[in-house]
Amino acid sequence: MKVRYAQLLLLFALLLGWGLLTDPRVPAFYFDNPDKAAFFFGEPLKVLGRLANWFVGGEIYPHLWVTLLETLLAFVLGTVGGIAMGLWLGLAPTAAAILDPYIKALNAMPRVILAPIFMVWFGLGMASKVALGITLVFFIVFFNVYQGVREVSPAVLANARMLGASQRQLLRHVYMPSALSWVFASLHNSVGLAFVGAVVGEYLGSAEGVGYLIHQAEGVFDINTVIAGILLLTLFALVLDGAVGWIESRLMVWQPHAGDTTQL
Amino acid sequence: MVDGHYSLELERITCRFASRDDPGMPYVAVAEASLAVRAGEFVAVVGPTGCGKSTLLNVAAGLLAPSSGAVRVHGEPLVGINRKAGYMFQADALMPWRSALANVTAGLEFRGIEAGEARAQGQAWLQRVGLGGFGARYPHQLSGGMRKRVALAQMLALDPEILLMDEPFSALDVQTRQLMENELLALWSANRKSVIFITHDLEEAISLSDRVIVLSAGPGTHPIGEFVIDLPRPRDVAEIRLTPRFVALHTRIWHAMKDEVMKAYAAQYAPLPEGA
Ligand SMILES: Nc1ncnc2c1ncn2[C@@H]1O[C@H](COP(=O)(O)OP(=O)(O)OP(=O)(O)O)[C@@H](O)[C@H]1O
Ligand SMILES: [Mg+2]
Repeated sequence: MKVRYAQLLLLFALLLGWGLLTDPRVPAFYFDNPDKAAFFFGEPLKVLGRLANWFVGGEIYPHLWVTLLETLLAFVLGTVGGIAMGLWLGLAPTAAAILDPYIKALNAMPRVILAPIFMVWFGLGMASKVALGITLVFFIVFFNVYQGVREVSPAVLANARMLGASQRQLLRHVYMPSALSWVFASLHNSVGLAFVGAVVGEYLGSAEGVGYLIHQAEGVFDINTVIAGILLLTLFALVLDGAVGWIESRLMVWQPHAGDTTQL
Repeated sequence: MVDGHYSLELERITCRFASRDDPGMPYVAVAEASLAVRAGEFVAVVGPTGCGKSTLLNVAAGLLAPSSGAVRVHGEPLVGINRKAGYMFQADALMPWRSALANVTAGLEFRGIEAGEARAQGQAWLQRVGLGGFGARYPHQLSGGMRKRVALAQMLALDPEILLMDEPFSALDVQTRQLMENELLALWSANRKSVIFITHDLEEAISLSDRVIVLSAGPGTHPIGEFVIDLPRPRDVAEIRLTPRFVALHTRIWHAMKDEVMKAYAAQYAPLPEGA
């Protein structure tokens, strides 16, 4: 609990510092004019006001809905694809050997660059953003599942075979659970990347979404709105990450934790 | 008691492993090794560490195809996994994502036995190995000895005709170990199965088995001696060690083994270079 207090205190200190340093009434000590700090860094109260306005006025909901939907679609489709491909290549060494250099190349490629291509292919609507998010999420999950399948304990595998498991039962009862802990490790990264896909896509070209709002505000140097958009996205990324953590704690009860003993 | 029928035969098994440093020179772990187990017979296999005991057992289980040689189960050549055998591995092999009970019932589940029925049988087996109250625990929440007992229950729950056990009790303390050995003997005499029991502990081998097979040191491991253990049953593994017959057998077998142990020792622990 002490940690929580310290965390809240730090948040207040940061907000206070930010507020003081950008307040036009405070004399400038770095910039040549007291308004400049607010121009570059925004003002916390105005950012809050912006957020309140969005929600009260209802202006934000359609944009937020679009961004969240893109993110969730990219996250789910990328994860499912990554798991399927990871399981397949993990279990098919020949295919894995053939595809190996291509996978390495695709993974090494800075895939955000694909955004313009996806715009050409899928238009300026949601599909191009989802596609970008999928390419980002897919590889993270895929590599983790692939690794997870290949690192299945040979003793556990042999034991399951001796207990009479068929090929399908091995997949269901050995490979999948074993890969699952690796999947969850990757999902926390994937949540952030799904957002990156959606927002970068919107930023580069669209007529809706939080990324679009940020792009618009940036065009008129409305830094408060830009920061409000960033905060909003961060918040939702945290919520989604929390949801993943919650599911993880449900599904992974069998995993040992470092601090398993209870203290008196 | 034991009839002449062999439930498991390994005939002139040779296992070569490709060696990593020198692919042209494979490592011959097991060479021309033959051994057979009669129905209902308890055979113990002893040999120095690294000689190829686990390798032989993997061959018997059908997990490892030998480079040459034949495996027969009830006279039939073995194809694929040995379905008649249960295997208790040397390493921890429980599924960490399954509770103790779910581990014991895994084999029953794979066989399509209805869940409630499987649970009842699994619980009974856990009870029999003294873990009735631990069914809900995950493997990481059990001690090493408890995990071994779960593994024993897991193997026995399928009621296999042949038991392959690879140093099952070597990680346990002496007291627990003797308890488990007596438990195993009790279970085995109630329902006679063919057993290959691997151990590096000669006393354990003699006190449990009908026959002790001594393997040579590797490379090119093969049986170098076979000793019939004519100690009376039922046995108590702690008491039987004090009988003169046991001591006599122990002396005889140890004599045969000693050279091999020294050989294995010399091969694995090459002398340090001068000045090291
Ligand atoms: N997959 C493998 N590849 C290469 N060498 C192997 C492989 N498996 C076993 N060996 C070698 O074969 C020999 C026998 O191994 P094995 O595990 O059968 O020994 P063991 O008798 O069971 O030893 P221990 O008593 O220590 O368990 C060892 O020298 C080992 O290095
Ligand atoms: Mg071994």
